[in-house]
Amino acid sequence: MSHNLYLYPKFIRLWHFINAVMFLLLIVTGLSMQYTAPDSPLIRFDIAVKLHDIGGITVSINYLLFLMGNMVTDNGKYYRIQAKGFTTELKGQFRYYIWGIFKGEAPPYPISKDRKFNPLQKLSYVLVMYMGMPVIILTGLALFFPQVFDLLGLGSLIVADVIHVLMGIVLTMFMLIHLYFSTFGRTMFSNFKSIISGWHESSQAPG
Amino acid sequence: MKNPALFKISILDDNLHFARVMIPLLFLLAGTAPINAQEGEPTGQRTTEGETVEKKFTNKEENALCLKCHANKYVRFTPEGSDQPYIFKMYSDCIIDTTKYYASNHWNFKCVDCHSSDYETYPHLAGLRFEYMATCLDCHGDDPEYAKFHFEKIQEQYEASVHFSKYSNEISCWSCHNSHYYKINARNRDQDIKMTIAYDNAICLGCHANTDNFEMIAERLNPDVTTTHEWLPNQANHFKSVRCIECHAEINDTLLVAHKILPKEQAVKKCVECHSSDSRLKASLYKYQLEEGASLVKDDMIGDAVLIGSRRSTTVNLLSNILILATVLGILGHWSLRIITRKKTKP
Ligand code: HEC
Ligand code: HEC
Ligand code: HEC
Ligand code: HEC
Ligand code: HEC
Ligand code: HEC
Ligand code: HEC
Ligand code: HEM
Repeated sequence: MSHNLYLYPKFIRLWHFINAVMFLLLIVTGLSMQYTAPDSPLIRFDIAVKLHDIGGITVSINYLLFLMGNMVTDNGKYYRIQAKGFTTELKGQFRYYIWGIFKGEAPPYPISKDRKFNPLQKLSYVLVMYMGMPVIILTGLALFFPQVFDLLGLGSLIVADVIHVLMGIVLTMFMLIHLYFSTFGRTMFSNFKSIISGWHESSQAPG
Repeated sequence: MKNPALFKISILDDNLHFARVMIPLLFLLAGTAPINAQEGEPTGQRTTEGETVEKKFTNKEENALCLKCHANKYVRFTPEGSDQPYIFKMYSDCIIDTTKYYASNHWNFKCVDCHSSDYETYPHLAGLRFEYMATCLDCHGDDPEYAKFHFEKIQEQYEASVHFSKYSNEISCWSCHNSHYYKINARNRDQDIKMTIAYDNAICLGCHANTDNFEMIAERLNPDVTTTHEWLPNQANHFKSVRCIECHAEINDTLLVAHKILPKEQAVKKCVECHSSDSRLKASLYKYQLEEGASLVKDDMIGDAVLIGSRRSTTVNLLSNILILATVLGILGHWSLRIITRKKTKP
């Protein structure tokens, strides 16, 4: 019998849905623009540019909502890292992923009301949400308003551009890994169901 | 809506202005300011493809005879047999900016090298208005010293352009190459490419954004460039980053600057003609600057342009491919191990 936890309230699910859809759009259009093929474009360049602009603006606004949400609700607590013991926890979780999981061990830091994320999840979410996202949004804004960026005199747009592309790649990596780790639920799809329904199924791997 | 940003590159201008003021000032402070030669034979610097050549003016004295009227807003003239000077305004088109004149390609020319020496008398003879003006090829044609410019090829391309086919009488090489100020830009490697773009676009906008100049030639309304190019996103930025000829002229491999302007139906409209790794800009706008070389963030093919879709940095592209590949392989590897071991750990 699995016991269920209500982990993802409506506003997080809505936020996450918008984020996920727009991010997919950004990745597809971003790659399409980065690797344009004149004869067989994945998406026609001008359409890709427009969609990427729309995606970028939506994700930026959504990100602001996320920041505010984490400030005013207690969802923010899941993103605070206690320095003490954290490396040990990380090591434990890491060992589980490269060793324990193959031996059928139980996860060392099971999900509970007080621990929505395991230590590795926590670290990756914190890095992505508090470092990756600001960087990609700010460099994206620089590319969207090149004149304003010029005026700021922060240097060459090519640097912003290269950082934007690289961060896009890093976040794409995150997304792939994030998707993969989401299959670690009770069944392959139970975590996907939970980010839609809000209910987390006990992550005990099926026997 | 008119976009004022289209016609100015104020930031660059400001910086350049700042440099123009500060550099001589620094020299002065250091006490090493080059003492300018006497009026009549001042010296200056002229750069041709990197090498600096000392400029020696031999024409200033003689030109002063014309410029005493033609460099001023007002003419003071005392007709023969009169002691009363007449003062009147000079036509603005007849006023020569001497700074630009002496910085141009034809900096060491006397006015009367091109114009009839009959102009030495004033009032000028009425018939002089219709004198024959030498064309570029009259002087530069078949001259090995200018072979690298391919004047003959340019002439041929120009004669195949829309301007020639419609208005061979009204438009000439001089219409785009200002008779007194034309200065090489595209071939100047030391110059910021944005300055070249601004210079070259100003040539076209001199008619296509100037109703008077346009309508003097074509008896129809001048379509507004801003509206006819509305389809181009962030147009102001595009017009500062590419030249009109990038889209409107047919690329010619021998020429640095394409001169065959095509009818508007054949203009480049597809974004990927520029925004792709085989961007046409490599054969046009970036052609001369390309040999600058690459660095970590710059590709040797396009320099430091933020041209989405082209390969801006080989290093970054390589790194991206490796990172994504490593992630995918890592996931697949982990997944396979899970599938294999899951069967084993099954009770
Ligand atoms: C005393 C003043 C004066 C001097 C000196 C003078 N010009 Fe002019 N020039 C004028 C004025 C005024 C005009 C305007 C048209 C007119 O009045 O003929 C003019 C017009 C011209 C034009 C345009 C003609 C046209 O009809 O489009 C040319 C070319 C020209 N001058 C060349 C010269 C050259 C070359 C010299 C020196 C050798 C020279 N001028 C010396 C006053 C002068
Ligand atoms: C390299 C040849 C060349 C030199 C040197 C030259 N001019 Fe001219 N100038 C021309 C040509 C060509 C035109 C006709 C312009 C056109 O058709 O657009 C012209 C036109 C003019 C005009 C009439 C402008 C107008 O818009 O109607 C004046 C005035 C004039 N020149 C004065 C001078 C004076 C003064 C000097 C010397 C300081 C001088 N030019 C030197 C080639 C030259
Ligand atoms: C009356 C003869 C004459 C006419 C007409 C003439 N030029 Fe020249 N041009 C010269 C001479 C002589 C020089 C060399 C000036 C020098 O000593 O730097 C020169 C220099 C140049 C240069 C600079 C070359 C370099 O290596 O820096 C260019 C470019 C040029 N001319 C283009 C043109 C164009 C374009 C036209 C027509 C719009 C034209 N010229 C008309 C005689 C002429
Ligand atoms: C429709 C406008 C236009 C016309 C007409 C025109 N040119 Fe040009 N030409 C340009 C532009 C723009 C450039 C680039 C100037 C720069 O940045 O140095 C240029 C550059 C040149 C250059 C320098 C190329 C180089 O390799 O550095 C030469 C030489 C030249 N033109 C000759 C001619 C001759 C000869 C004619 C007449 C047969 C002519 N042009 C007519 C627009 C024109
Ligand atoms: C001396 C004025 C003048 C200059 C400078 C000039 N043009 Fe033109 N251009 C004209 C005129 C006049 C027409 C003919 C308009 C008509 O009657 O359709 C024309 C036509 C054109 C057309 C064809 C439009 C069509 O209907 O097919 C294009 C494209 C064009 N110009 C581009 C340029 C570019 C690019 C430059 C700069 C390199 C330039 N022009 C410089 C006057 C000029
Ligand atoms: C990105 C490519 C691009 C650039 C850059 C560009 N054009 Fe065009 N231009 C076009 C296309 C495509 C058309 C045809 C538009 C259409 O038919 O809807 C056009 C049309 C025109 C026309 C004809 C307008 C008419 O309807 O009669 C003129 C004139 C013109 N351009 C001049 C310029 C000038 C001047 C510049 C530089 C300031 C410039 N263009 C820059 C692509 C470009
Ligand atoms: C003639 C070549 C050319 C064509 C055609 C062209 N572009 Fe560009 N584009 C450029 C260049 C050059 C830059 C700026 C590079 C730089 O800043 O150094 C640029 C910049 C951009 C940018 C980023 C900077 C900004 O202004 O926001 C976007 C987005 C863009 N183009 C979209 C498009 C779209 C969409 C089209 C087709 C409708 C298009 N471009 C057609 C050359 C072109
Ligand atoms: C289609 C794409 C995506 C899918 C299917 C997806 C799926 C999921 C799932 C299943 C969870 C639940 C967490 C778990 O149980 O492990 C989750 C949570 C989360 N995801 Fe995603 N995700 C996607 C895209 C993204 C993107 C692009 C980001 C960030 C840039 C992101 C950031 C997060 C965060 C921060 C959480 C925790 C939310 C919270 O409760 O505070 N996700 N996602």
